[in-house]
Amino acid sequence: MKKLAFAAIALTFSSAAVADHAGAPTKGERVFRKCRSCHEVGEDAKYKVGPALNNLMGQQAGVLSGDKASKALKRAGELGMKWDLKTLEIFLRKPKALIPKTKMKFSGLKKHEDRANLIAYFQNLGAGEKPVKKDPTLSDAVLALVGDVEYGEYLASGCTTCHQADGSDQGLPSITGWPAPIFATAMHAYKTKDRENSVMQQQAGALDNEEIAALAAYFAGVTK
Amino acid sequence: MKFNRRVFVGAGVVAAASLTAPSVMGAARPRVVIVGGGAGGATAARYIAKDSKGAIDVVLIEPSRTYYTCFFSNLVLGGVRDFGSIGHTYGKLASEYGVNVVHDWAIGVDRDAKTVTTAGGDAISYDRLILSPGIDFRDGAVKGWDVTSQNKMPHAYKAGSQTQLLKAQIDAMPQGGTYAMVAPPNPFRCPPGPYERISMVAHTLKMHNPTAKILIIDPKPKFSKQGLFTDGWDRHYDGMIDLIGPEFGGKDPVVDPDAMTVTIDGEVTKVDVCNVIPAMKAGKIADIAGVTNDKGWAPVNAHDMSSKMYENVHILGDSSQQGDMPKSGFSANSQAKVCANAVRGALTGSKVFPAKFSNTCWSLIETDDGIKVGASYEATDEKIKKTSGFISKNGEDAGTRKATYEESVGWYNGITADMFG
Ligand SMILES: Cc1cc2nc3c(=O)[nH]c(=O)nc-3n(C[C@H](O)[C@H](O)[C@H](O)COP(=O)(O)OP(=O)(O)OC[C@H]3O[C@@H](n4cnc5c(N)ncnc54)[C@H](O)[C@@H]3O)c2cc1C
Repeated sequence: MKKLAFAAIALTFSSAAVADHAGAPTKGERVFRKCRSCHEVGEDAKYKVGPALNNLMGQQAGVLSGDKASKALKRAGELGMKWDLKTLEIFLRKPKALIPKTKMKFSGLKKHEDRANLIAYFQNLGAGEKPVKKDPTLSDAVLALVGDVEYGEYLASGCTTCHQADGSDQGLPSITGWPAPIFATAMHAYKTKDRENSVMQQQAGALDNEEIAALAAYFAGVTK
Repeated sequence: MKFNRRVFVGAGVVAAASLTAPSVMGAARPRVVIVGGGAGGATAARYIAKDSKGAIDVVLIEPSRTYYTCFFSNLVLGGVRDFGSIGHTYGKLASEYGVNVVHDWAIGVDRDAKTVTTAGGDAISYDRLILSPGIDFRDGAVKGWDVTSQNKMPHAYKAGSQTQLLKAQIDAMPQGGTYAMVAPPNPFRCPPGPYERISMVAHTLKMHNPTAKILIIDPKPKFSKQGLFTDGWDRHYDGMIDLIGPEFGGKDPVVDPDAMTVTIDGEVTKVDVCNVIPAMKAGKIADIAGVTNDKGWAPVNAHDMSSKMYENVHILGDSSQQGDMPKSGFSANSQAKVCANAVRGALTGSKVFPAKFSNTCWSLIETDDGIKVGASYEATDEKIKKTSGFISKNGEDAGTRKATYEESVGWYNGITADMFG
C-alpha cells in the first residue's frame, strides 16, 4: 500500500496559484539517488558525508549527525526544530533558506513533486509521523476540489479550540502551513479512521469533502 | 466560487437590512456589548473584534481582573497543577484586539432602549447584546446551605478563591478524616466535573492521607462517564470512595455548616470537608434581562444562539438552553464562534456560514490516566442536535490514557489562547 497515493494533480489556489502535489514513496526512491553520494539508508547505513537517514521523520534537527552536526543545525534542533512534513518541504527546496549556515552542499529540489515524493519515501523508511495504518486513496474529484479560503477560516475556528492559531506546538501538533494535499489527506485519513485519535476522527467525520478542502486551503496559507 | 447545498445569508440582503439600524445610519460603528468574560464571552469578544477588523465596537463587561478557569481547577485541587496556571487576564483582548474591557458588573438591561447598566452607574448602549454569565446557584437547593455558608462548605464550582479554599481544607484534613461532596442534580455545568474532582481529591488523599474517606451524596441515578470513573476508582483508590445514590437518601441531604454534619436519610454523619455543589440556573443577569424560562435557563435558537424570547440578544454557554450540548467550556467556546459569525454578518454584512458545533470533555482520573468524551452537533430549527459522538473505553492501555491526558493539556493551552489571545 502506497503511503500517499496521490496522482500528481495540480490544485490551484485563488491567492497564489501554487501547484501542489503529494508524493509517492516509489518515486521518492528515484529522487533519493541525488542524495546517495552523501547519505545512506537501509540496515547497514552509516554516516557518510552526511548522516544515515533511516529515521529522519520526527527527529530533532542535528541529532542524526551526532557530533558531526553543524552548529547551525544543532542550534535549530535545540530550539525545537524537528524534521517533519513542513520543515522538510522548506529545507529540500533550498536548504540555506531554512538553515543559512548548514554544511549540506546541495542547492535543493526545484520541483515540488520531487520534494513530496522524497518526503513520502522518508516517511516510508522510518517510524513516520504518527501511526498511520494506511492513508486513503483520494479520488481525483476530491483532490481537484478548490477550497474556499474564507469558509476555511471560519471552519478553522473549530480547530483552534485545541491547536494554536499561531502554528506553535503547545502540546498538540502545529497545523499551519501544511501543503494543502497533505493536510487534506491527513484529514481524510481521520475521517476514514485510518489514522487513530478519537477527537480527530470525530472532527474530521463532521466535515464533508469541500469543507476539508476549505480547511486545507486556509491553513496552507497561514505562515508564521 | 460555488457552494453546493449550503445556504449562506446573502451579503446584500443583510447589508440592506442593517441599513435600518440606527448605528449604521449615524456615524457610529455598530456596538456589541458582551456580558461575562468567560469561555463564551471572551471567545465571542475576541472573534468579533478580530474578524470585523475594527468595524464593530466590542465592549466586554466582566467584574474580575483575572479569570480563573473552572477547567483544570480540579487538577489544582489534586496538586497536579498550580493555582497560578489557571489564571488569565484581559490585557491582550484590549491591546491586541481593541476590545473595550469594562471591569464592572452588569446589573440591568433595558431591551427597548437597548442599554446595559453597570453597578458603577454607566448605561452602555448596544446594537447586539451577548450574555455569557455562566451559572448561579438555586436558592434553597441544598437544605441548610446558602451563599453565606460557602466558606465553611465551599462549592468551588466557580473557580478562584473558592478553589483555593477547598484545596486548603482538603490539605488540612485530619488523618483518616472524611471529605463529602453533595453533587448537583441535572442540568449543571460540566457533567463529569464533580467526578473528576472526586478523582483528584482521592489522588491527593492517597498520597498524603491514605486512610481518609470520600463520600459522594448524589441525587442522580447515573452520571457522565460513570463506567469509566468507577473502573478508575476501583483500580486506583480501592475502598476509599463511597457513593450514596438517590435510593439511599442522596436526593435530599441536609447540611449543617456550623456542626459540619450531613444528614442522609435521617442519619447524621460528621465530616471534615463538605463540598456542596447546589442545583444551578442561568447567571442572574439573564433573569434580569428577561430571557430565561420557568426552568431558569435561557432558550436560544441553534443557528445563531439568539434568544427565543427577545430580539438582538444572544445567550452563550452554561446559561443557554440550546439542546443537546453539555454545559462545558468547550461548548461555550464553540457556540461563541457560531454566534460571533452571525452577529458580525448581521451588523456588517459579512458572510454568515452555517452553524457547526463540537465538544470534547477530558477528565483526569489519576496521574497519566485520562479519559474523554466528545461529539459533533448541528443546528436544527428546534435545537442544537447531536449528530455523533465517541467515548474512551475501559481497558485502554496505559499509553493511550497518558496520551489522552497530554492531549487535554494541549487543549487547555489552545482554548485559553482562543479566549484571551
Ligand atoms: C470543576 C469544574 C471543572 C470543569 N472542567 C471543564 C473541562 O475540563 N472542560 C470544559 O470544557 N469545561 C469544564 N468546566 C465547565 C466550564 O467551566 C463552563 O462550562 C464554562 O466556563 C462556561 O462558560 P460561560 O461563558 O457560560 O461561563 P463562565 O466561563 O463561568 O463565565 C462567566 C463570566 O461571567 C461573569 N459574569 C457573571 N455575571 C455577570 C454580570 N452580571 N456582569 C458581568 N459579568 C458577569 C463572571 O464573572 C464570569 O467571568 C468545568 C467546570 C467546573 C466547575
